[in-house]
Amino acid sequence: MLEINDLHAGIGDREILRGITLKVNAGEVHAVMGPNGSGKSTLAQVLAGNPSYQVTKGTVRYNGLDLLEMDPEVRAQNGIFLAFQYPVEIPGVSIAYFLRSAYNEIRKANGQEEVDPLEFLDLVQDRLRLVDVDESMLSRSVNQGFSGGEKKRNEIFQMAVLSPRLAILDETDSGLDIDALRIVAEGVNKLRSPENATIVVTHYQRLLNYIIPDFVHVLANGRIVKSGGKELALELEEHGYDWVQNSAGVGAGAS
Amino acid sequence: MSDVATKEVVREIPIARDVVTREAGKGSGRVSSTRAPSSIEAYREDFERQESGPAWLDDLRAKAITRFETLGYPTTKNEDWHFTSVAPIAEHTFRLSTLHSAGALGVKAADLERFGFGQAEWHRLVFINGVFDESLSSFEDGGGAVRVDSLADAIKSGEPAVQQHLGTVAKFEQHTFTALNTAFISDGAFIELARDAVVDQPIHLVFISGGEGVSHPRNLIVAGRHSRAAIIESYVSLRDSEYFTNPVTEIVVGEGAHIDHYKLQRESESAFHVGTVQIREERDSQLHSFSFTVGGALARTNVYTSLDGDAATCTLNGLYLTDGTQHIDNQTSIEHIAPNCPSHEVYKGVLDGRSHGVFNGKVYVHPEAQKTDGKQSNNNLLLSPTARVDTKPQLEIFADDVKCTHGATVGRLDELAMFYLNSRGIGRETARTLLTYAFAADVLETIELEPLKKELEKMVLARFTDSPAG
Repeated sequence: MLEINDLHAGIGDREILRGITLKVNAGEVHAVMGPNGSGKSTLAQVLAGNPSYQVTKGTVRYNGLDLLEMDPEVRAQNGIFLAFQYPVEIPGVSIAYFLRSAYNEIRKANGQEEVDPLEFLDLVQDRLRLVDVDESMLSRSVNQGFSGGEKKRNEIFQMAVLSPRLAILDETDSGLDIDALRIVAEGVNKLRSPENATIVVTHYQRLLNYIIPDFVHVLANGRIVKSGGKELALELEEHGYDWVQNSAGVGAGAS
Repeated sequence: MSDVATKEVVREIPIARDVVTREAGKGSGRVSSTRAPSSIEAYREDFERQESGPAWLDDLRAKAITRFETLGYPTTKNEDWHFTSVAPIAEHTFRLSTLHSAGALGVKAADLERFGFGQAEWHRLVFINGVFDESLSSFEDGGGAVRVDSLADAIKSGEPAVQQHLGTVAKFEQHTFTALNTAFISDGAFIELARDAVVDQPIHLVFISGGEGVSHPRNLIVAGRHSRAAIIESYVSLRDSEYFTNPVTEIVVGEGAHIDHYKLQRESESAFHVGTVQIREERDSQLHSFSFTVGGALARTNVYTSLDGDAATCTLNGLYLTDGTQHIDNQTSIEHIAPNCPSHEVYKGVLDGRSHGVFNGKVYVHPEAQKTDGKQSNNNLLLSPTARVDTKPQLEIFADDVKCTHGATVGRLDELAMFYLNSRGIGRETARTLLTYAFAADVLETIELEPLKKELEKMVLARFTDSPAG
């Protein structure tokens, strides 16, 4: 589904990703772990197409297409979803309007008919239950005045409605208490299917108790320094990131 | 005085000077035509020709034309006109418009429906180039409690309130264009609400202008104790032409009265508009003003209120949307004369193309106006690199126990918000529309008159949807 090959990217003159190579197949869950500044959030942003980052080298193929050639909205229309680490507040735009616009844009791009507000309200009902949020949230402005936990739940709710093929969760666990974490993880698990893939970007192993990954990759200084199965996450938890960084012979993470 | 005095002056985000000063000096390339006689002389000629009225009115007009001649046109050295040059108006000779029939402008019933937002039950007074047109109007003069009439008729029939109030709220000594309007007082709307009178439906004053002349509509609204009404002034045109509208509205809000006033300036894109709404509020009165500005090549709208009585409140809100080479200037002034008055103000602007927006909001707190609670903000969104805005919120406080805040912002669309929308499958154009609309719609939310709010929302959305890529 996704083939990243020798990806280099950064902001301005600052290189953050220094040659990432990663292959993700349908049905798989990959965890990307690493210390602060290792480049894991940059990887998530670059995959979603944030124009603030420049790709300087390498290729990314997504279902046979050149991902890097696609505008962010085209990536989304092709089934890529990024759950933001810091969801953006948009005053004056209700979640209902925002999400229905997104849903319809994606349907339009895929040659499907748009749904009207009432149909949309119907189809989001069970998605609301999935992440345990009240319908009243739909009329609130996107993320405005939301608590950290509400913002993260809102991201997973959007993911549930848009049902992406490749979901990228960027530090979705940060700032969540254990109950919220469980709800969010359950939501993610229910959306797993043999056709979909998930990349979970996280600093802590905690989330991986609930979302069991097939593969774990450790990022340091813009490179994957170690890959393994789910047990790698536990080893990391026990020994800390210094262990991989030292064993891989890499210095401290990039700033 | 007391040591618990809380004098709070909060200054918000400083204005990005690099953004606002760009394109400075643009517009000076405008071709102006100077014809003899000078425009001031032409106004005098038309003044001499106008029909005389009752002695008190003739006297008022005569003083006003003299004052207009003495003041002349304001230059950009005048602090009130620092960012707006009226040269295009001064160098143009506008003769008093003589097109006063619906036929002359080609006004049809369907046009009225469009301008009236399909609200058939609203009271409607229609003016063609400033002159009342009875055949296009539909309203009930409620007899004793609610007087609705053309100002011309009210003057003719000797309404005592007209002579009592006309020219007492909108003073012309320091205001050229108010002086000019006063010199030509002849018609407009006259609304008088008796004590406790409540007007069931909004009163819509529709000023349809066209041709190449000038009109000086004059409106007088006198709201008696505990009365209530919603009044809308619409300035519209059917086709593009270079006319000048110079209206003045005076409002007296009596004790405990509540007036909602809406001004919708939708003049043609080549037109000139300089208008003043001036209000005097007595104790416990409420005034909600909303000024919506989209029209005109050069337009200035003043909303001035004076909180004369204890615990009077006012809300002055506004939205201006500019494009092309438009120059749109909004000036407000809130005079806190009496104590315990809250005043709230939010003006927002969305500027595109090479347009230039100006906002100047003054809040004066006089020494007696203790416990004043004033909040003022002006937020601008620039959609193009060549659009420009000058904003100047001003706060002058002479009392010591007050709470006043003001602030202004100038910004562009938030790139992070754009990416967030894009990442959900929403394309750049739609995302831009959505964010721009949300910015503007926020202030429309404050409109209490639901059908008007809906119509303005539609109008704003349509405008940003049609907007070309930028």
